[in-house]
Amino acid sequence: MLKTYTWPRYAYRRAPEIGQAGVRRVPLVVVGAGPVGLSAAIDAALRGLPVVLLDEDDTVSVGSRGVCYAKRTLEIFDRLGVGQRVVDKGITWNVGRTFHGEREVFAFNLLPEAGHRRPGMVNLQQYHLEQFLVERTLELPAIDLRWKHKVARVTPGEAFATVEVETADGPYTLQCDWLIVADGAKSPIRRALGLDIEGKIFQDRFLIADVVLDGEPFPANRTERRFWFDPPFHPGQSALMHREADNVWRIDFQLGWDADPEAEKQPARVAPRIRQLLDSQGFAHIGFELEWVSVYTFQCRRMAKFRHGRLLFVGDAAHQVSPFGARGANSGVQDTDNLLWKLQLVIAGRAPASLLDSYDAERTFAADENLLNSTRATDFMTPKSRAAKRLRDAVLSLAEEWPMGRALVNSGRLSVPALLTTSPLNTPDGDAFDGWMVPGAPLDDAPVRAAGKPGWLLPHTSAGFVLMLFGVPDVAQREALEALSRGPIPVRLLVVMPTGEPGPADLTWLEDAEGLVASRFDARSGTAYLIRPDQHVAARWRRCDAAAVHAALARATGQESQA
Amino acid sequence: MTHLITEPHFGTPGIRHRQAYTPGDDFYELLIEGHRDLSDAQSELMNARLVLLLANHIGDLRVLREAIAAARAGVASTAEARHE
Repeated sequence: MLKTYTWPRYAYRRAPEIGQAGVRRVPLVVVGAGPVGLSAAIDAALRGLPVVLLDEDDTVSVGSRGVCYAKRTLEIFDRLGVGQRVVDKGITWNVGRTFHGEREVFAFNLLPEAGHRRPGMVNLQQYHLEQFLVERTLELPAIDLRWKHKVARVTPGEAFATVEVETADGPYTLQCDWLIVADGAKSPIRRALGLDIEGKIFQDRFLIADVVLDGEPFPANRTERRFWFDPPFHPGQSALMHREADNVWRIDFQLGWDADPEAEKQPARVAPRIRQLLDSQGFAHIGFELEWVSVYTFQCRRMAKFRHGRLLFVGDAAHQVSPFGARGANSGVQDTDNLLWKLQLVIAGRAPASLLDSYDAERTFAADENLLNSTRATDFMTPKSRAAKRLRDAVLSLAEEWPMGRALVNSGRLSVPALLTTSPLNTPDGDAFDGWMVPGAPLDDAPVRAAGKPGWLLPHTSAGFVLMLFGVPDVAQREALEALSRGPIPVRLLVVMPTGEPGPADLTWLEDAEGLVASRFDARSGTAYLIRPDQHVAARWRRCDAAAVHAALARATGQESQA
Repeated sequence: MTHLITEPHFGTPGIRHRQAYTPGDDFYELLIEGHRDLSDAQSELMNARLVLLLANHIGDLRVLREAIAAARAGVASTAEARHE
């Protein structure tokens, strides 16, 4: 059905374990090669962990599904090595226009804050993203990606988990120290184990259509996302038009709970809806072809715990949100960002297994924030009572006139990462700081110069722990801080120098090209930040000594109870 | 408008928010939750009570005069638009 994309078919290979005596034991298995499972496997490989990645299918996502990738996710993709491809292929959009009835309520421009490498959001069909991730796995020999290997049964155990796999050549069994479960919203593994996932189903249905337009609705570089409350072409419901790559457009129609999903999916029913929408927007001259159509409902829910012994649940398997606000795939990729460095330390014997409980603490906290925001957007877009609808319509009418009304219109808040302020891994501030780089915050990017060449801060903090120190350390401090790089969990020293000031020749240093590092981190000479391998702030000081860094490192790696 | 605040203004003293929309969304959820399980008539009465409580809290008649005019203007223009 797709006109713009041909699914790759990836080769099935016979498992070497079939017919062998004994059961092979591996450190890490990931189940599910969607965007989240693939990200987990790539992250594992980049951290030096061999990983077996199992998928029951042999291709990428059918239909475009997830389309919006937010800035933090793009930064993680940069670390994983696919960020540039995603940005190059995807659509960066800034202008959003919101309508109520026939009138435009307001327009916003998401023009990104200057001084970040990545924009707030990029739109890209999920199959393109998955293909880029699959191609990246091929560059990493530590990944053993097995297509058409279907997990039949998982048996959790105290010392390891057992995974029984079915293939065309027969079954085989693996034992693994750790199992990452990324098998999606319906998670067969979660279900088979009878693990709870709680929340609510929203009583509403949405038609989702990807269409190829044969003309250009908007002037070059002025791509708009349009959202309608109660438009004349679709009275009483909402609608959305969003651009994807290859001149494909995502068009969404709210249908209501009573709609018949099978009937609504029929092209004869879908095509006139889309024609009416295009005609009403002044796009009567533009023709279209349907690429993909689906009718969906959604749930907002999460598992009570994401860690169950040696099983670690990530992405949709662990939590599901409404699509409004793009918090599904984004939060799943952020799960893996949080998990893999911890798993690497645990597998290497450098941190206790209890460090993985912080994955649960941090990512259930983030999931709750995502659930809250996506539930609020859903409640605004589909009011549950007459009173709620009247208030919603009042907000929309005020929005035409006053900024206070516009601020309350909620058609999905831009996906932003959680500040993990309650994390047990954080060392609370002892010194006063302004700004947002609080312990638990993901790092803000900023322009820097390294060896005179312009670049960005984040790539310099993407492997292992980093101590980012503003200004030149004195001799005594320097010796102690350099010794940190030789510890069992190395901490690399990264010096940041003010614009125009050279750093010490024999230390790694960056020039704060526009002064934005210092302003975003509220830094002055002597300020130091301990940064986790997932680019979150673990601790910060106005003046640090090695003992304080040691203590913060122990805390950030779950070893505080032994300290 | 010289007295009525028409910029976004929700918040809690001493609490800062990374995202500007958060306190407004907090308020809106409180408001919708406040109406939960009420009949339409009850909701109308609750809204009226809420208006009166907030009006008394504000107290300043200069603000209230502007607020009443602003609220009515949007409703009247909608009513006029319907008659056209």
